[in-house]
Amino acid sequence: MTVGRTGLAVAGALALLAVAVLAAFAVGRYPVSPGELVTLLQSKLTGTAPALPATVETVVFGIRGPRILAALLVGAALAASGAAYQGLFRNPLVSPDILGVSAGAAFGAVLGIFLSLDVWAIQGLAFVFGLAAVGAAYAIAASLRGHDPILVLVLAGVVLGSLLGACIALVKYLADPYNQLPAITYWLLGSLAATNPGDVRSTLLPVAVGLVVLWLLRWRINVLSLGDEEAASLGIRAGRIRAVVIAAATLVTAAVVSISGIIGWIGLIIPHVARLLVGPDFRRLLPVAVLLGAGFLLGVDTLARTAARIEIPLGVLTAFVGTPLFLWLLATARRSWQ
Amino acid sequence: MRSRRAFLAGAAALALAPSSARAQATRTVTDDTGRRAEVPAKVERVYAAGPPASMLVFALAPEKLLGWTTPFRPDERPFVPAKYADLPTLGRLTGRGNTANVEIVLAAKPDLIVDYGSVGPTFVSLADRVQAQTGMPYLLLDGAFDRFPESLRRLGGILGEPARGEEWGRYAQGILDDVAARVARIPRERRPRVYYGRGPRGLDTGLAGSINMESIERIGATNVAAALGKGGLVQVSVEQVLAWDPDAIVTIDRTFYANLWRDPLWQGLKAVQAGKVFLSPNVPYGWIDFPPSINRLVGLRWLGRSLYPDAFPEDLRPFVREFYTRAYHQTPTQEQLDALVRTAEPRRG
Repeated sequence: MTVGRTGLAVAGALALLAVAVLAAFAVGRYPVSPGELVTLLQSKLTGTAPALPATVETVVFGIRGPRILAALLVGAALAASGAAYQGLFRNPLVSPDILGVSAGAAFGAVLGIFLSLDVWAIQGLAFVFGLAAVGAAYAIAASLRGHDPILVLVLAGVVLGSLLGACIALVKYLADPYNQLPAITYWLLGSLAATNPGDVRSTLLPVAVGLVVLWLLRWRINVLSLGDEEAASLGIRAGRIRAVVIAAATLVTAAVVSISGIIGWIGLIIPHVARLLVGPDFRRLLPVAVLLGAGFLLGVDTLARTAARIEIPLGVLTAFVGTPLFLWLLATARRSWQ
Repeated sequence: MRSRRAFLAGAAALALAPSSARAQATRTVTDDTGRRAEVPAKVERVYAAGPPASMLVFALAPEKLLGWTTPFRPDERPFVPAKYADLPTLGRLTGRGNTANVEIVLAAKPDLIVDYGSVGPTFVSLADRVQAQTGMPYLLLDGAFDRFPESLRRLGGILGEPARGEEWGRYAQGILDDVAARVARIPRERRPRVYYGRGPRGLDTGLAGSINMESIERIGATNVAAALGKGGLVQVSVEQVLAWDPDAIVTIDRTFYANLWRDPLWQGLKAVQAGKVFLSPNVPYGWIDFPPSINRLVGLRWLGRSLYPDAFPEDLRPFVREFYTRAYHQTPTQEQLDALVRTAEPRRG
């Protein structure tokens, strides 16, 4: 029964994803007809040069392709780490930024913009600061013994996150209001508008590594969600597994946030939707959350680049879509969590 | 303690305004928004509320400027005489990111506070608040491009420098008229469609009517983003820029300019293929905006030279030398001029 349901959910999510990808390739600000798209695809498959302007190829494979891949990667990564965190902390209201990864990445990027660094350096700083923020929160929690380890970890993450928020505010305050401030604001709103193939290449490896680690630990994450004592009775060292899961989830989140900017909601909501569909077992939850997250963000990003004549920031759009969804989930949360 | 006393003194001056000695030699000045302020007959100390106002006051009466809103960066300093570059940093008092402490402003004992730029209701109410709180006359001048000559003459008069104001006004009018006359002779089909890329990725741009795009509109070019509507700064995608395929790209962001030549996505644009990508100099101030003040006068000629080399055949150096000497009170060295114009000249090959 449950297996059939999971299979159905996965098949449905895959179908949804395929439709979203096709739709995303077919629409955009640069006019590309479906016929041209087919011609282009044929020529790619057969290896012949397409009888089309080079710009069309650039648009489809240089701009839309990487952007679609990036949307899939970002959505999958945020949903997976959200699902892992919610299981790990045994709390349905946890999202990937709970330990300060987004705040750290945002501070790194804002600092990079403030120092007028190259784009890759801005992204590198975002990645490094994202990892460092969670590392610091973890180190603080590890050094404070004698408390509930999870509570201390979350508190350390939240406190560090607000401190980093203050640092961001300080940099914004000092930034040149005509030049840097708009750039900082746009980055904090989240967007995939500037994605290029290099962004996808640099993100792919850390996301793949993190997701594989989470997948390998799927059974242990299940056990951890029962509580540390139960885990210990099953011979699992909760502290060590928790560290590895946090490292993996932080790696994927920091990697995607460094190219997308801050995109909220996905890591919070998609795991809930997945749980509604297949239940809380992480072995089923993870693949479904990954597929749903990828599809959801791809859909939202396609909307972001086509709905209005200018780009709509992803952080804004996910909130508009996510808020009603989340309220509805809260109203029905009792059912889904029992 | 000193600033507290100054604050009290300011408050007292406000309360006693009609009878105090300070108020005896004043005149009523109406600013560009219709606000009235009692300005001392002799203005010796001026606080400029934002970078555009600093530049305006500095051009007209550098010895009356009390300080800068932001400190000069190392690459900006050499363009301004050291005694002026060393003036204290007092912070901004305008709407966009206030950094000034009102007490510090009062401690500097200004005779007058000047702001220059947007004159919307936000800035009017801000001026009213500061004026009411400090008792200092606060004038708000309209920074629109067409009004440069008028604003310069007007502020020159208010600062007690009518001759300098008149000279500046005539100079600015001359630049505007000269550029307008040359542009008018250029047939419509030769006027380019221009994309102005801001931010490190070059994907922030200004819509129609944005203060950041005024220079491009004035030079007779079409802002491609105007097709999206009226407004301020927005973000667009590379795909959108490819769809526009502008004739020329203008930017001030060095990161974007360097990446543009390397990034394969931008190579499909005819502007990039033709080498028609123009990087605005940025020291000590930008030439298109950053900030949007009278520095845009020099940028106008530069845009003309970049977009219509036939209509603007002259070497830019003498013109830049004159503008910098007038605006920043120091003649640039030959190396500085070469560096400025080299940045501004289109990339060859």
